[in-house]
Amino acid sequence: MSKTYFDETHCAIGHPKSTFMQWMLTIDHKRIGIMYAAVMFTFFFVAVATAFLMRLELFAPGQQYIDGNTFNQAFTLHGVIMIFLFIVPGIPAIFGNIVMPLMIGAKDVSFPRLNWFTFWLYILGCIIAISSLWVGNGFADTGWTFYAPYSLTTGTNVIFTLVAAFVLGMASILTGLNFLVTIHRLRAPGMTFFKMPLFVWGIYATAWIQLLATPVVGITLILAIMEKYFGIGIFDPAKGGDPVLFEHLFWIYSHPAVYLMILPAFGIMSEIIPVFSRREIFGYRTIALSSASIAGIGYLVWGHHLYTSGMADIAKTVFSFLTFFVAIPTGIKFYDWIATMYKGKIVLATPMLWALGTIITFAIGGLTGVTIAMIGVDIHLQDTYYTVAHFHYAMLGGVVFLLFAGLHYWFPLVTGRMYNEPRAKIAFYLNFIGFNLLWFPMFIAGYLGMPRRYFDYLPEFQIYHQASFIGAVIFIAGLVYMFYVLIQGWVKGPKVGVNPWRATTLEWHLPSSPPPLENHSKVPYVDFDPYEYYHGEPVVKFDENMRRID
Amino acid sequence: MAHAYVPEIAVDREGNEHIVQGWQDDFYGGKLGFWLFMLTEVMMFGGMFLALAYYNTLHPQEFLEASASLNRLLGGTNTVILLVSALTMGLGLLKMRAGDVKGAKLMIWATILLATIFLVIKGFEWSAEYHHGIFLMHGEMLPESTMAFGKKLFFGMYFTMTGLHGVHIIIGIGLMLWLLKRINANKVNPQHYILYFNIALYWDIVHLIWVFVFPYYYMMGAATGGTSGH
Repeated sequence: MSKTYFDETHCAIGHPKSTFMQWMLTIDHKRIGIMYAAVMFTFFFVAVATAFLMRLELFAPGQQYIDGNTFNQAFTLHGVIMIFLFIVPGIPAIFGNIVMPLMIGAKDVSFPRLNWFTFWLYILGCIIAISSLWVGNGFADTGWTFYAPYSLTTGTNVIFTLVAAFVLGMASILTGLNFLVTIHRLRAPGMTFFKMPLFVWGIYATAWIQLLATPVVGITLILAIMEKYFGIGIFDPAKGGDPVLFEHLFWIYSHPAVYLMILPAFGIMSEIIPVFSRREIFGYRTIALSSASIAGIGYLVWGHHLYTSGMADIAKTVFSFLTFFVAIPTGIKFYDWIATMYKGKIVLATPMLWALGTIITFAIGGLTGVTIAMIGVDIHLQDTYYTVAHFHYAMLGGVVFLLFAGLHYWFPLVTGRMYNEPRAKIAFYLNFIGFNLLWFPMFIAGYLGMPRRYFDYLPEFQIYHQASFIGAVIFIAGLVYMFYVLIQGWVKGPKVGVNPWRATTLEWHLPSSPPPLENHSKVPYVDFDPYEYYHGEPVVKFDENMRRID
Repeated sequence: MAHAYVPEIAVDREGNEHIVQGWQDDFYGGKLGFWLFMLTEVMMFGGMFLALAYYNTLHPQEFLEASASLNRLLGGTNTVILLVSALTMGLGLLKMRAGDVKGAKLMIWATILLATIFLVIKGFEWSAEYHHGIFLMHGEMLPESTMAFGKKLFFGMYFTMTGLHGVHIIIGIGLMLWLLKRINANKVNPQHYILYFNIALYWDIVHLIWVFVFPYYYMMGAATGGTSGH
């Protein structure tokens, strides 16, 4: 029985004997990825619980369980956790860490100690963010966007949240930096950029956004902190500042950030679709380059958040057109995925189900985004439930669904075991139905004028809120059941070999399952494309020394 | 080094051998990583210059007047000091690469000394401004003060940016002291000098930022105001 990465590890400092300290000090990318996953999903459920509290309050008009201020804090907490703690770092930190080095045949990331440091920086950020629930005058009530001037005048503890967002941003920058160098330097011999798996492309494009956009929001948050502590007046109109400048600086980062979330998710999709269609991916280069162009164009569209904030008409028009352009590379990806499935031998395993479900939900999320990119329509729909439904379809129905798809897809790689497939499928259907019932009514409510972030509403909106509530119950039941199935699979699922899905990329050609500490025993020479299937069978085969046999 | 790292070999179908780049001992990886980090610094200060430029277009006259009141003599001296310190740091790196460890250490100490002088002068400058009532949380900077909006924004940004730059100087001094410790432990030597290389790069970005900060804050109002500020 060979040793796996659960049995031994390298540590940042010394060689501790206790298992606990080995986990705390580990520099192994796989273990760090697992720790990220554990922390992130814990916070994910805290944020889900907060959201459910808000749904409960909104079940009927008027005040039932929580008052207006608590409601404001609840949606801020939900947003801060979901955005800064979960979805922005999510896929890169979990699967970028666990899978990306395996995919390119590396022993670890370029800077393993920096990776360890980054993880603890992330934990520090989480602690600062959450501690303001108990420290100071209560959690921030500004919404996760911290718009000035309200964030500068509110009595709640915004400082902590701003500092936390800055620290988490630092962690995000360092992760991106680490991955960029890893992808540039540590690819196996022969693996050119156009021979990399598409998930690596997604991580690569994401890393550039993390590196270039995050510092801008970092400095914006520092300016806001300086303003609050020292009164320098940058964003406060009472001192000559311009609050709209805050919105610009904030969205210069935060809009690319949504592409930062979705690009690695698209990468997961591009892994799953060819494997479960048993076909080479259609248009490899267009998918790879569309990731890069989404990252590029994504920089130039932030102004569409400010149509109603006061901006020149010409600027609005330009931003509107640029926003339409983002839909083009995204559309290219969708057509490529669908063309890949055409005439393929489709295997409807759970990861594929999640991927197919996402094609539906993300298409809705994406196309509703195009409608509100139009200036006139947006004036009507700005800050309504329509916008809320749009970004939840895109973020939850896109990024998080694909995160779950990846969770099922790489589960046997990480644990060496398999979950119960029929039960995992039931969990998917519960989630899918609950999700759509939860969010779709909000499109209608928003179109009819239901504003977001209100804790009360007119009686005619009640039917939509109640439908959403039922959807929320089903959705949460689905989530809990899904994690139950996965944990059960980890504890007592059947052991499966190194490549249960018959996939072609390098992370499925490891010497043991779960992988050993230093990954591939021998690094292969990569003179093949990542998804080579012939008549539904993988083309590339290796002997035990990772040399090709064919 | 304790144990030399031996890179792995990958063999292709023709039997040719290819060296596998590991994360250990990757000089170019370390260099690339630090260049990327420098890029984030540029983006961060770039964001502040963007805000500064925006307010400059809103209040051009007040910006000129506020700039005129800064002390160009002290600011100029600091600029020269920082440029010289970048030179000493770079010369030290050349000496290290040429095998002259002692000379390199001397140059690092010279850089630390110059950086400290920079901070002391900066301290004098700030305290003079403090006595004139333009300092954070004090006198003219208070919300109810009568200082014109443009000036308030100018000085707010001035203290934020020079303050953040000062923090970078302090971090730089810390890094150099750490570097000296590593050199004494023979962890940094003429064969493995990537740490020195990157700290020299860091020091370059610190002086480069100042090269933009100085003209924007001090020189802009030079034609309108007095010669030495307060």
